[in-house]
Amino acid sequence: MAVKLLVIGHGMVGHKLLQELVERQVQGLDITVLGEENWPAYDRVHLSDFFSGKSADDLSLVTPGFFDRPGLQLRLAARAVHIDRQQKRVTTADGEVIGYDKLVLATGSRPFVPPIDGHQRAACLTYRTIDDLLAMREWGAGSRIGVVVGGGLLGLECAKALRDMGLETHVVEFAPRLMAVQVDDIGGQMLRRKIEELGVTVHTGKSTLDIVDGEATRHRMRFADGSQLETDMIVFSAGIRPRDELARACELGVGERGGIHVDNYCRTRDWDVYAIGECAYWGGKTFGLVAPGYDMARVVAAHLCALLERRQAPELPEFAGADMSTKLKLMGIDVASLGDAHATTPGARSYQFSDERRQVYKKLVVSGDGKRLLGGVLVGDASEYGTLLQMMLNGIELPDEPEFLILPSADGKARPMLGADALPAAAQICSCNNVSKAQLCDAVAAGAASIGALKSATKAGTACGGCVPLVTQIMRAEMKRQGLAVNNHVCEHFAYSRQELYHLVRVERIRHFDELLRRHGSGLGCDICKPVAASILASCWNEFVLQKEHASLQDSNDYFLANIQKDGTYSVVPRMAGGEVTPDGLIAVGRIAKQYGLYTKITGGQRVDMFGARLEQLPSIWEQLIAAGFESGHAYGKALRTAKSCVGSTWCRYGVQDSVGLAIALENRYKGLRAPHKLKLGVSGCTRECAEAQGKDVGVIATERGWNLYVCGNGGMKPRHAELLAGDLDTPTLTRYVDRFLMFYIRTADRLQRTSVWRDNLEGGLEYLQQVVVQDKLGLAAELEADMQRVVDSYECEWKKAVTDPQTRKRFQHFVNSAEGDSNVVFVHDRGQIRPATPEEKPARRIPARVTTE
Amino acid sequence: MEDVLTTQGWTLVCELDDIVPDTGVCALVDDEQVAVFRVGERALYALDNFDPNAGAAVLSRGLIGSIGDRVVVASPIYKQHFDLRTGQCLEVPEHSVRAWQIRLEGGHVLIGHPL
Repeated sequence: MAVKLLVIGHGMVGHKLLQELVERQVQGLDITVLGEENWPAYDRVHLSDFFSGKSADDLSLVTPGFFDRPGLQLRLAARAVHIDRQQKRVTTADGEVIGYDKLVLATGSRPFVPPIDGHQRAACLTYRTIDDLLAMREWGAGSRIGVVVGGGLLGLECAKALRDMGLETHVVEFAPRLMAVQVDDIGGQMLRRKIEELGVTVHTGKSTLDIVDGEATRHRMRFADGSQLETDMIVFSAGIRPRDELARACELGVGERGGIHVDNYCRTRDWDVYAIGECAYWGGKTFGLVAPGYDMARVVAAHLCALLERRQAPELPEFAGADMSTKLKLMGIDVASLGDAHATTPGARSYQFSDERRQVYKKLVVSGDGKRLLGGVLVGDASEYGTLLQMMLNGIELPDEPEFLILPSADGKARPMLGADALPAAAQICSCNNVSKAQLCDAVAAGAASIGALKSATKAGTACGGCVPLVTQIMRAEMKRQGLAVNNHVCEHFAYSRQELYHLVRVERIRHFDELLRRHGSGLGCDICKPVAASILASCWNEFVLQKEHASLQDSNDYFLANIQKDGTYSVVPRMAGGEVTPDGLIAVGRIAKQYGLYTKITGGQRVDMFGARLEQLPSIWEQLIAAGFESGHAYGKALRTAKSCVGSTWCRYGVQDSVGLAIALENRYKGLRAPHKLKLGVSGCTRECAEAQGKDVGVIATERGWNLYVCGNGGMKPRHAELLAGDLDTPTLTRYVDRFLMFYIRTADRLQRTSVWRDNLEGGLEYLQQVVVQDKLGLAAELEADMQRVVDSYECEWKKAVTDPQTRKRFQHFVNSAEGDSNVVFVHDRGQIRPATPEEKPARRIPARVTTE
Repeated sequence: MEDVLTTQGWTLVCELDDIVPDTGVCALVDDEQVAVFRVGERALYALDNFDPNAGAAVLSRGLIGSIGDRVVVASPIYKQHFDLRTGQCLEVPEHSVRAWQIRLEGGHVLIGHPL
């Protein structure tokens, strides 16, 4: 007889419990889950992403097929209204009665709405569920001004959502500063300044009396100090309250300020009923973060399994409270709070550093003897968060002058980080997914040798990503310890990574491969390092790829400026920037293709590809294409391919910007740019995204106010959505950011690494990329732009150069001693065009016999 | 000069200057395609031009390099490496090709018979 488990609540924590149970593969458990909402569990931590382009499906935490398992069923829109603990059954709002053997309450919280007169007016909303988001979107569409009541963590997230919708945004906070719980006065001021710079108006120390009709707007908020604020919509985000009403009604103990009493196993006073997540009250408090909720889910899963398998209790994990340190990014601003941020521990000392120009504030709280870190606040730059958190949690002894942990170093070099070796094996590195240092080290020993591999092996760094720098450090240290060389050498001829070679070429102003090989390499080079060097030399100096010194470095495609096909013929792709082509252009392409008997096909990049050109035909084909006004499309190079575009505001009823115009400008700017791998761009004229820009290395989507810039997307084998790097840019700013982004990628990526993979392996992730490209943290922006400008200024059509240079042109012959063509190339006709003959269709080839002479 | 051109069994295919250092060209020798490679200034090698892995006559268009002590060409289609001295395919030995006799006389490149 299966044990019936009923879970009330399908939020993040409820779903985590199901995942844990499924992973443990326990037998004899029949699970029913009641979800009050219409949606299965979704990521509430990233709710505001809904307003920057993510859909409800994107936010879902449920992998396809998860609920197809036997013994596991989910009921949505099923609200539990009563628990009968004597009969062990639960009644739903529809009157259904469900019996249980074990019950788990994962009911979460509700938003707290202060009981102000008028709080129930229309367009007075809350911010907690997807239904809330839909309501915000609906009301937001007809509003000009929006107010968020509450300047805490969630309130500021919500303000971002309003701003993303294009509303004039205000934050009203009762306390004298923002994020009163997590940061101190100075930190709060710094945060306020930064947020106001982003166009959000902050009102602190405001107590709302009531909400009445506005004059020019829907509402007017009146405050205790006599001031008032006109607004069209109001979102309350003034804290949360545990959903404990079911527990109260069936007399399970609850805390003073709410929350269901639980013990270390998360059991309520009725041992058949557990409570986990935000509705649980443990050790005198509730926990409004997801990490402790996940811990509780793990504890309960282990406990249930032990019961089913009748194992002894002592080995079971117990909930032991949680560290409430947090790090987050609010409207692009780093904010972190650790431990005793307000220095309330007796005898605690603090160190503070503030930089008003860069708008950075940092504070450390240390014990009276100066040996232990108790807490801290970081605003504007939270890069030390991971290190400080580990120092605090593991009680690692502080250096004699702990202030250097937060002070910028004088010589601009990175501060020595906390050595990974100092951490105990049990140290929890990823708190979201509870991954310890020992687990990371085990995964490295099992072969995870890149940050990407380590992430998929352990899940570390896959939720909030805050621990990724530390995870990387541990990985490197462990690889070194295990004697695994972190070998990213290009090949046997160069003991350097691509990034290092790039650096050498630039710094030593090396212009030729021979010189690079002589100074830094060995042997003759090979088909790996030669194209790498050719690409680096082209990115740095942009000399003609076919000039004598560079010719021998090029892969066949670059050597003949065309794409080699399986039979040794080539395909020809003229550039059609933005996919725009005149009727005369199309006629010319058609005429030329017809003249040479080429197979034609439209490419995914919105241009025409002509196949079946023999080597000796290429120059004359190009001569004609050039005469018709075309230039090289660089389809053969690890270079910019195309900028795909939709038709945009010029023709389309919905377009809000001229996407074709921008696509053409971008494609022409970056054409010929050599990179570690091919590059694709996309520009969409509105949010409908018809150009699929989010699947491109650089994607641009028009907004009412300018352009949103997305980066590091990919289609192909491993699709990856591009991420928003910066929003609402004007065209010159957009171009500057793309310059910086592309050059930074070119400088730092590995050989044949697309931007998507480069980004997945980039320490510091998107945040770091934004710091480099948008905030210019490395002080490199001017240099990157200048590098790009040099490439742009030195652009020449390679085909134009090739057909006019007799030396180069001479190479386009199949035979050095005959004008004949390759007899091995045979075409047959299919669907009205040519295609290469299969081996069976070809006339028998004379197989050369091996002659042995003894 | 006269005797070079008429030397028994050898075919003059081109001048050294016709081959860009560290690249290859293809020569037609008695109806057969021979890939001729120039490594550095004066070293010459010759292999069948036909790549059995790809079924295409393309080896002359491969990239030249070294793997350990071997001087090799990488096929431009699927990148297998062929030893320029012996024609051995390093990845798929059963797809090895023939190496040809080759010599430089004056500035002339002469191809002999398959080795």
